[in-house]
Amino acid sequence: MGAIIEIKGLSKTYDGGFTALKSVDLTIEEGEILALLGPNGAGKTTMISAICGLVQPTGGTVRVGGHDIVTDYRRARELIGLVPQEITIEPFETVGNTVAFSRGVFGKKRDDARIEEVLRSLSLWDKRNSKNNELSGGMRRRVLIAKALSHDPRVLFLDEPTAGVDVTLRKDMWNLVRQLRASGVTIILTTHYIEEAEEMADRIGVIDRGELMLVQEKSQMLSQLGQKELHVELAEPISELPPALAPFDVTLGNGGHHLSYRFDRSAERTGITRLIAAIAEAGLVLSDVSTRQSSLEDVFLRLVEEHGA
Amino acid sequence: MNWRSIKAIYVFEMTRTFRTILQSIVSPVLSTILYFVVFGAAIGGRIESVEGVSYGAFIVPGLIMLTLLQQSVTNASFGIYFPKFIGTIYELLSAPVNFIEIVIGYVGAAATKSIMIAVIILATSTFFVDLRIEHPVWMVAFLLLTGISFALLGFIIGIWAKNFEQLQLVPLLIITPLVFLGGSFYSVSMLPEGWRTVTFFNPVLYLISGFRWSFYGISDVPIAVSLAAVALFMAACLGVIWWIFRSGWRLRP
Repeated sequence: MGAIIEIKGLSKTYDGGFTALKSVDLTIEEGEILALLGPNGAGKTTMISAICGLVQPTGGTVRVGGHDIVTDYRRARELIGLVPQEITIEPFETVGNTVAFSRGVFGKKRDDARIEEVLRSLSLWDKRNSKNNELSGGMRRRVLIAKALSHDPRVLFLDEPTAGVDVTLRKDMWNLVRQLRASGVTIILTTHYIEEAEEMADRIGVIDRGELMLVQEKSQMLSQLGQKELHVELAEPISELPPALAPFDVTLGNGGHHLSYRFDRSAERTGITRLIAAIAEAGLVLSDVSTRQSSLEDVFLRLVEEHGA
Repeated sequence: MNWRSIKAIYVFEMTRTFRTILQSIVSPVLSTILYFVVFGAAIGGRIESVEGVSYGAFIVPGLIMLTLLQQSVTNASFGIYFPKFIGTIYELLSAPVNFIEIVIGYVGAAATKSIMIAVIILATSTFFVDLRIEHPVWMVAFLLLTGISFALLGFIIGIWAKNFEQLQLVPLLIITPLVFLGGSFYSVSMLPEGWRTVTFFNPVLYLISGFRWSFYGISDVPIAVSLAAVALFMAACLGVIWWIFRSGWRLRP
C-alpha cells in the first residue's frame, strides 16, 4: 500500500516563541499502526493537531490521501477521524445524537444503519438514548471513538487513547484498534505508555522536544537498538575489578557482589565467552548468572537521554 | 457549500433550544410580559399617547427589539462559547467546513431562536394592546436583519470570551443600556436637546426607529438611515468574523 500521510518539514512555533515542532518529516503508510512515543510536552499532540487543522503550522506541508491540509483541507479532513486526549463531549446530549452530529458535520449523508453499526461495535448501542453525562469515563471515551468513526475515516488519530483508563479498558481499546486496522483504517496513536506501543504498533516514532528522532519498524528498533545485559553474581565480594576484566565494559555493583556487562545481541561476537573465561582466570567464584533483554522503554529512555545531552 | 454540515450544526443547536425550552423561550417571554405590565400599565397610565400611538402599543416594537437583540447576542455567543468551554470545538475545527458554513449554522440557529421569541412576544402583545403593522414586509426584514446582525455580534463575543463573566459582559453592560437608551420606551423627540444629540450616537436607536416605523409609520430617523445602519453593522461583523477565521484568533493557535 502507498503513503496515506506525507509530512515534510512540519514546524510549529507558537506566538510566545516556543517551538513545538522542528521540521518534522514523516511518511505514514496506509493500513499501518504508527505509535508516536514521547514524554509529556514532546510535541506529539501538536503534531496531530497540526495535521487535523486544530493548530496552524508555521512551516512545512502535510498531505493526507494526496490532499494538502491547507489548500485542499476539505478533502484532506474528510479522510481523518480524531479522538482527542481529553474526554470532550456535549454533556447533555444523547449518545446517538452526539454521534449522528459528527457524521453530519463531516458532510456525510444521514445513515442511521451506519450509526447503529458503529455504536454496536463499541458496545454503545444500549446507551444510544442515554445522556453523555450519565456514562462512565470508559464509555465516554468510546463515544469519542464512535464520533471519530461515524464518517468512515481512512485515518484515525488516537491521542493518548488509554490515558487514565483501567487495565481492562486498556485491553479492550487495544483489541478495538486491531479490529480497526483489520478493516483497513490507518491508525496513528500517541502514547507515553511504552507497553502500548510495544503491544500494538507496526512502527514506532520517537519524538522529543519537537524533533522526530527516529521512526522504525518496532521489531527492527528493538533488534537494532535493543541490548542485552549479562548479570553475574559473585560468591565473594571484590573491592575492585581484577586486571583480567579491564578489557571488558564491566561495571561492579551491589557492594562488590555484582558484575554487569552490556552486549549487542545482534553482533557477531558478543564477548560473553571471553568474559566468562576472564572471570575464571581472575579466580572469581560465581553464584548466579542471568541475562536481561532491554525493553522498548530502555530504548526510548536512552534515545531521549542522548537527545537531551 | 457543505449544506449537510450546516444542517448538522443548525439542528444540533436548535435541539438544545428545545431541550432547555423553559430557559430558552418561556423565560424571555415572561420577562417581556412583565415589561408590558410595568411600563404599559404603570407609565402608560400617565402618558396617553406618543405621536398618535397609545403608549402601550408604542413600546411594543422597542420591547421586541430589546428581546431580539439580547437573545440574538446571548444565543449566538453561548452557542459557540460552550463548545470552546467544554472542548468539543475540536470537532468543528477539524471538520471539512469553512467559516461561512460554521457561521450560517450557529448564527442561523441563534437568529431563528431570537426571531421565534420575538414573534411569540408580538403575538402575546396583542393580548395587551391594539397593534397595527403598516409595513409587514419591512417588519419581517428588520426582524431578520437585526436578528442576524446581532447574532453575528454574539458569535464574535463567544469567540472572544475567555470565561462566562466576559460572555455576559457585553449583553449586560453594553446591549441592554443601549436598548434602554435607544428609544425603546420613548420617542427621541421627548428628550431635551442635549440628550437627543447624544442618543443619535446610539446605533440601536436606528434599529428601533426603523422597526417602529414598520409598525406605525413613525420614526426618529429616516428609514433609509436605519437600513443603512443595520447593513453597515452586519458588514462590520462579517468582516471581523472573516478575520477571526483567517487568523485563527482564539480558535486555532
